[in-house]
Amino acid sequence: MKSLIQKLTETFSPSGYEQDIRNVIRAEIEPLVDEIRVDPLGTLIARKGKVGKNGKRIMLAGHMDEIGLIATHIDENGFIRFSAIGGVYPHTLLGGRVRFVNGVSGVIGGERITDLGKTLTISQLFIDVGASNPKDCPIKTGDVAAFVRPFFDMGDRMVAKSMDDRIGCLVMIEALRSLKSSPHEIYFAFTTQEEVGLRGATASAFGIDPEIGLSLDVTGTGDTPKSRKMEVSLGKGPAIKIKDGGMLSDPRVVQWMIRTAEKSKIPYQREVLEAGTTDATAIQLTRSGVPVGCISIPCRYIHSPSEMVDTKDVQNAIKLLTALLSALISL
Amino acid sequence: MAKTFSLNKKQINLLEKLSQAMAISGNEGEVRSIVLEEIRPYIKDYQVDSLGNLLVTKTGSSKNRLKVMLAAHMDEAGFMIAADDGDGIFRFEISGGIDLRQLPGKSVLVGKEHIPGVIGARPIHLTTSSDRQNKIPLNNLRIDIGPGANTIKPGDQAVFATTFQHVGPSLIGKALDDRLGIAVLINLIKNSPPNIDLQAAFTVQEETGLRGARVAAFTFKPDLAFVVDSTPAKDLPAWDESENLTYNTRLGAGPAIYTADGSTLSDPRLIRLLVQTAEKARIPYQLRQPGGGGTDAGAIHKQAGGIPSVSVSIPGRYAHTPVGLARVSDFLHTIDLLKATLLSIHPEILAQERS
Amino acid sequence: MYDFLPFLKELLSAPGLAGFETPVSEIIKKEWQPLVDEINISRVGSLHGFRRGNSSDPRPSILLATHMDAIGLMVTGIHKGFLRFTDVGGVDPRVLPGQQVWVHATGPKANPPGPLPGWVVQPSAALLPEEFGNNVIPIENLFIDIGLAPDQVQKYVHIGDIVSFAQDPLELNGETISGHSLDNRAAVTALTVCLNELQALKHAWDIWAVATVKEEEGLVGAYTSAFQIRPSLAVVVDTTWAKGPGSDDWNTFPLAKGPTLMWGPNIHPNLHKAFKELAEKLEIPHSVEITGRSSGTDAFATQVVAEGIPTMAIGIPLRNMHTPVEVVSLKDIRRTGRLLTEFVMSLSKDFMSKISLESKNG
Repeated sequence: MKSLIQKLTETFSPSGYEQDIRNVIRAEIEPLVDEIRVDPLGTLIARKGKVGKNGKRIMLAGHMDEIGLIATHIDENGFIRFSAIGGVYPHTLLGGRVRFVNGVSGVIGGERITDLGKTLTISQLFIDVGASNPKDCPIKTGDVAAFVRPFFDMGDRMVAKSMDDRIGCLVMIEALRSLKSSPHEIYFAFTTQEEVGLRGATASAFGIDPEIGLSLDVTGTGDTPKSRKMEVSLGKGPAIKIKDGGMLSDPRVVQWMIRTAEKSKIPYQREVLEAGTTDATAIQLTRSGVPVGCISIPCRYIHSPSEMVDTKDVQNAIKLLTALLSALISL
Repeated sequence: MAKTFSLNKKQINLLEKLSQAMAISGNEGEVRSIVLEEIRPYIKDYQVDSLGNLLVTKTGSSKNRLKVMLAAHMDEAGFMIAADDGDGIFRFEISGGIDLRQLPGKSVLVGKEHIPGVIGARPIHLTTSSDRQNKIPLNNLRIDIGPGANTIKPGDQAVFATTFQHVGPSLIGKALDDRLGIAVLINLIKNSPPNIDLQAAFTVQEETGLRGARVAAFTFKPDLAFVVDSTPAKDLPAWDESENLTYNTRLGAGPAIYTADGSTLSDPRLIRLLVQTAEKARIPYQLRQPGGGGTDAGAIHKQAGGIPSVSVSIPGRYAHTPVGLARVSDFLHTIDLLKATLLSIHPEILAQERS
Repeated sequence: MYDFLPFLKELLSAPGLAGFETPVSEIIKKEWQPLVDEINISRVGSLHGFRRGNSSDPRPSILLATHMDAIGLMVTGIHKGFLRFTDVGGVDPRVLPGQQVWVHATGPKANPPGPLPGWVVQPSAALLPEEFGNNVIPIENLFIDIGLAPDQVQKYVHIGDIVSFAQDPLELNGETISGHSLDNRAAVTALTVCLNELQALKHAWDIWAVATVKEEEGLVGAYTSAFQIRPSLAVVVDTTWAKGPGSDDWNTFPLAKGPTLMWGPNIHPNLHKAFKELAEKLEIPHSVEITGRSSGTDAFATQVVAEGIPTMAIGIPLRNMHTPVEVVSLKDIRRTGRLLTEFVMSLSKDFMSKISLESKNG
């Protein structure tokens, strides 16, 4: 499992440019599913099973894209100005390393800091790829980059960039692998452009037209020094989301998830997240409406280059998702 | 391709009519009428939907045609009369985004009858220098049409009272965003290519949330979409003569192709198609700087299961102010680029996945 | 004539937060059952009541939508016996200190699950960051105290449990009523008045009376019910700002002087005109409400569903919106109900062509 997490998190695919991660995921799941397609916005949709007796059409959504940077201007000395793709915090950038989708690497530098008490803003930062003028610069306006950080296995914990949401994708892949049988028609949707506004999920949910939707994503924790107050902690199990900044889960879906976790003796936490949201917010608005919920993998330092998750939480998330998909559902 | 960038009288008249027409979000009838009058001889049928979008399809003639949606928005940033303070003085709301600092001391036209009015300000004699440091809040601004009986009521629209002019290489007027796009779309309808079904949407309520485009895309369900808008050219000199890093686009550098704005990450296949077409046909083009802003593509691309989309804009200085300024060359090159691009569309474009 | 006050009071005594509308949905379903031909629940919990029209197939249909969800609070954590909480829908923190609430506890000891009384409490200044001083304390620093011993609280309350305001409905002077979710139960009542009046009347169009969910958190019910039903027209009834303490601007409206008819890009201009002409003809007092970008109601959703739906929004003036002491005039509820009834009755089969934007200039 960990080598797959490494492969997933070390792929460079910021929102809008997900082809590389899509190819990695497709190679993993192609032998395991009945049907695969790529929709107009690039979402990878894999179907497993057909609706059996009392079965349901279920959509699972984990987003393949990660936050990144996009070049806005190459200045006269070859330095690259940029803006953010998705929620990038300027204070995580200075000194960082990036890789553009076309393979070029660079470092993030900044203008002179005159007041060490203030963080620089994105407009005061630039990427240095070693060019000296726009003509010899291998990057042009519109090229995109993601952060460079190797996967780091700490045993109980794992750290990488883009755990958000490659870990959600991993949970979906491993649940697919361990799923022995299911009465349901399950659509594993590896969505695009979540970080810029749930755009891939909006389009793909319309195409799939599910009866139930579950997103697999990370959620914050309240277990680090002077963090935002939140009850979710690393190591206490996957979180069953009740509310976040964009949506309220369908209470029936929440109850179904809690019942299943308790029956299968899988540890879980109840989650209320006050900021941030997932693809489920978009899925619930599809067509005539979809009851939705979310399995969250607790994660520290979200949207930094070093996102940390707990190994057992991930394993339990896989167990929970597998259990949910294996049995009939009565909401 | 137009080497001498001049417009004939007919083209100028159309641009003048479009620029001076009054159409704020939700109230686009005047522009819709002008467009219909222009394109009627060239189309079989049309539809006006429940929001006021004008939807037209020009069916092609060759085999294996893709459905290509083209969108340009009819509404402009302007004002809505909110309350009658009496004596010819009206409180107003801003429709679409307008910087408050553009308002004092300007003249406007109000309502169906285009009644002239002014946005006044306290006389300078009665202000202190510290007053003059602060912008006048909307709450203190009023539209004044003069005392006496009048037919204006809350809900009526108002726009800047700018007269359109063609000056040298430039077009100057209000609402160039997006009347220039409308003019481009009219031209493409008159010269529609045989290899596609052209689904033209003259949309409403772009300035207040891309609302018309959302339903137009659902109705059309095209295979792909191009949006023609106007985007700011912030290419003035910086106060300290430093390099201008945030110009967005530059006047005279050609149609601006979008890679990413606040609402859409353009489909890379369509970006490549536009760039390759421009380079092959030697049409100047530029890449709009990624960043904020949005176009109808923001609503279109998420509809109906997803629609590959891209925007192309005519650069314009001073958007959403009484005096927009654009170059004739950019306008004509935009038409050339889109014409050539539409002609080169074939189903193979969508055969490969988005990448 | 239908006496709607008992129904309204029942609605105002029940919780029914956005996302957790079942308690109020059941009350509405019971009231609507005898008034409609079919009643069912949408995939996300909205209540759909259908009345068949009497004209020939294919019949146009009208959607009358009122949201049934209310704002409230939700438990986010348990800290030394005190409950931390967040808001569901927009709650002004300034009305919270000292409020009595019901905590809808689902913990193991709360069996059967039921409401526990609680109070929103504000810690003393020494227990708060110094910079707060005498200012408003943000929600994340307030607590709910349910009076139980700290080691017991865990057994009763779960994270995610919802909390509703405990204010009982109060009849005030001048035929007005105060309560915690008159936004939008006043409108649900007006719609129910309409359904009652239609009992004795015949209408050409099909009618969908819909109590939507989650208006306060994303207009979820409106988008999805409108998509499912695909009506020819949509009329949304919500509440709007009445003149009152701290609320006297041009965009506020007198209490007890009739509903507002909204106008703006969110509203179909010819639908607005039809309603205005009708109100004037029937001498139903009303105001015109200018709404800028959005009406701030479910109408913002219905207008852009699928190919677009001609939409109208009506507002019932309400004081102290989004506090537990909202105030509405009973006369305005009845007037709104009547206006809806008369409008539905006036719909002829060719109404849609009459309001088309096609032939007119703006």
